Amino acid sequence: MLDSLLTHLTILPIALPLLAGIILVLIEDRHHVLKLTISIVATLFLLAASVALLVDTNAGGYNISTYQLGNWPAPFGIVLVADRLSTMMVVLNAVLALSAALFASARWARAGQHFHTLFQLLLMGVNGAFLTGDLFNLFVFFEVLLAASYGLMLHGSGSLRVRAGLHYVAVNLVTSALFLIGVSLIYGVTGTLNMADLALRIPLVPDDSRMLLEAGGAILGIAFLVKAGMWPLSFWLPTTYAAASPPVAAMFAIMSKVGVYIILRLSLLLFGLEAGVSAHFGGQWLLYGGMATIAFGTIGVLSSQGMARMAGFSVLVSSGTLLAMIGYENAGVTAGALYYLVNSTLALSCFYLLVELVERGRGAGADVLAVTLEAFGDDGEPEEEVGVATPRTLALLGMAFVICAILLAGMPPFSGFLAKFAMIGAVLNLEGLGASDAVSGASWWLVALLIISGLAAMIGLLRAGINTYWISFDAEVPRIRVVEMLPVLLLLGLCLTLTVLAGPAMGYMQAAAQDLHVPIGYLGSVLAGADGGVP
Amino acid sequence: MAMILAISIGVLAGSGVWLILRPRSFQVIIGLSLLSYAVNLFIFSMGRLRSGAASIVNGSSDLGAYADPLPQALVLTAIVIGFAMTALFLVVLLASRGLTGTDHVDGRER
Repeated sequence: MLDSLLTHLTILPIALPLLAGIILVLIEDRHHVLKLTISIVATLFLLAASVALLVDTNAGGYNISTYQLGNWPAPFGIVLVADRLSTMMVVLNAVLALSAALFASARWARAGQHFHTLFQLLLMGVNGAFLTGDLFNLFVFFEVLLAASYGLMLHGSGSLRVRAGLHYVAVNLVTSALFLIGVSLIYGVTGTLNMADLALRIPLVPDDSRMLLEAGGAILGIAFLVKAGMWPLSFWLPTTYAAASPPVAAMFAIMSKVGVYIILRLSLLLFGLEAGVSAHFGGQWLLYGGMATIAFGTIGVLSSQGMARMAGFSVLVSSGTLLAMIGYENAGVTAGALYYLVNSTLALSCFYLLVELVERGRGAGADVLAVTLEAFGDDGEPEEEVGVATPRTLALLGMAFVICAILLAGMPPFSGFLAKFAMIGAVLNLEGLGASDAVSGASWWLVALLIISGLAAMIGLLRAGINTYWISFDAEVPRIRVVEMLPVLLLLGLCLTLTVLAGPAMGYMQAAAQDLHVPIGYLGSVLAGADGGVP
Repeated sequence: MAMILAISIGVLAGSGVWLILRPRSFQVIIGLSLLSYAVNLFIFSMGRLRSGAASIVNGSSDLGAYADPLPQALVLTAIVIGFAMTALFLVVLLASRGLTGTDHVDGRER
C-alpha cells in the first residue's frame, strides 16, 4: 500500500489541490468554516506531500523521479519530472500557500465568492508548471494557473481591482498567444514536445531550419519573460500586484518565479552546452535585459508612493537579478541565484502580508507624505515629543518589518546578504577558485547594480518604515489577529532558518545547479522511462 | 494552398493586433479573438499542409500518407482554452463597464 502510494507521489502535488478544489466548489459559500477547514487541511497535506517528494527524490541514487501519465512511454506520452529544482519549487509553493491560506482565513477569504476553490486550482497550476516535462502540457498548466489567478486577482472586487484585472487578463491572453506560436514553431521544426527529447534533437536540427527553431525559442521566451516581468514587458506588474488582495499578492510573488523557473529550465536544457550551434542562445539578452530590469525596479522602489507598489517593484528587482544570473549559464552563479530565489520569494511574500497589516491602521495619504516630505522639506511646526509607550502589536510589526527590509535589501546578517554574496562571488570568479580570468565589464556593471538596488531598497523601505512606526503618533494601532501574524512569522522564521542552515542549503542548490547544467541524468531518466533507469 | 493560409493568418493576426491596441474594451476582445484564430490556424499549419490525408495511423507503415495528428490535438486544446478565456475576459469587461461607467480600457476617458 505504502509502496504503491510512493510511486504516485510525483502526481500528488497536482492531484491533491485539484481534488480539494472540486470538493470546495460543491460546498456553498455560507459554510465558510467548513470550506476554510478543508482548504487549510488540503494545503497542509500538500505541504506534507511536497516535503515527502523532496525527501524521496533526493534519497534515490539519481535524484530524479519521473511519472508517466497514462503509462505511455516518455517521448509519446506526457511525463512529469521531479528533480532537485522542481521539488524545491513545489515545497516553496506549498509553504507560501499555507501562509497565504492562514492569512486569508482571518478576513480576506470572505471578501468574495469561491476564494478557496480558486486558491486550490492556482496551487494545482503552479505545481503542474513546476513538475511537467512536456511543453504543451506546460501550456495547459499555465492556463490553469492563469485562469485561477484572474479570479483571485478580481477577488474582493472594487473598481481599482477590476481596472487592473482587465489589463492583467488582456496582457496574459496575448502572452498565451505568443506561447502557442513559440510551441508550435518548435514542434514544426523538431517534431516533438517532450523537453528531454527536444534537448536531444536540437543539436541535430539542419542549418536551414535553425533560424525557425531559434525564433520559436525566442517567442516562447518572451511569453515567460512577460510573466517574470523583464523590462520593458513589466509595466503591468506593479499595478496588478498592488491592486490584488494581500494573500493573493503573496501568491503572485511565486507566479513571477514560475516564469523565471521555466526560463532557467528551458535555456539550460534546450540551449545549454550540448545544443551545438544553438548553445547559449539568448544568454546575452537575459543578462542585459535582467540588468535593465534591476535598474527599472530600483528607480521604481525609490519613487513609489505606496508600500504595495514598492513591493511590486521589489518583485521586478528580484526577477531582474535572477534573469541576469541565468544569462551567465554558469553552475556556480546558478547555485547562488537559486538560493536568492528561495530567499527573495519568501521575503517578498512576507512583505505583501506585512504591508496590509501595517496599512490597516493609518490614513491612505501617509506614504505620499513620506516622499513629498523628503522632496520639499517638513515646514510644519515640530510636534511635541511625548514619551508614548509603543503598543505591543506595533512593536512586533516593526520588528518583522525591519527583518523583512534587511532581507529584501540584502544586508547582513540575514540570508539576503548570503544570497547576494554567493551570487557576486560567483560572478566575479566564473572559472572557479584560483583561475585568473579577467572579469568582463558587464559583470562589474551587474555587481554595481546589485549593490545599488540593495541600497535603494534600504532607503525606500526605511523611509516608509520611519513614517509608519515612528512619526505617526495619531495613527490607530491596527487590530491584528494571531492567525494573521502567524504566517508572517512563519515566513520570516524560514528565512532565518535558511540563514542558519546556509551551508546545507547552498550544498543542495549547488547540486541542483549541477543537475541543470549537466542534464544527462534528466535526459536519461525521462527517456528511459523507469525511475532513474539510466546513469 | 500555402499562400492562402499564410495570407489569412497574416490578415487575422494583423487586424487582431491593431484592434488590441485600440482604446475600447470591446475592440480589444474582438482583437483577442482574431489573434487566437490566427494562432490556431498557425498551430494547425505547423503539422505541414496536406489535403485528403487521414490523420490516424492504421496498419500501413508509410508515415508519409498520413497527416500529423498531434497539431490537431493541440489546436483542439488551444481552441477550448481560448474560448474559455475570451468568455472570462467578457465578464471582466462587463464588470469594468459597470463599475467605471465607461468602456475605455483605462476606466476613464482621456
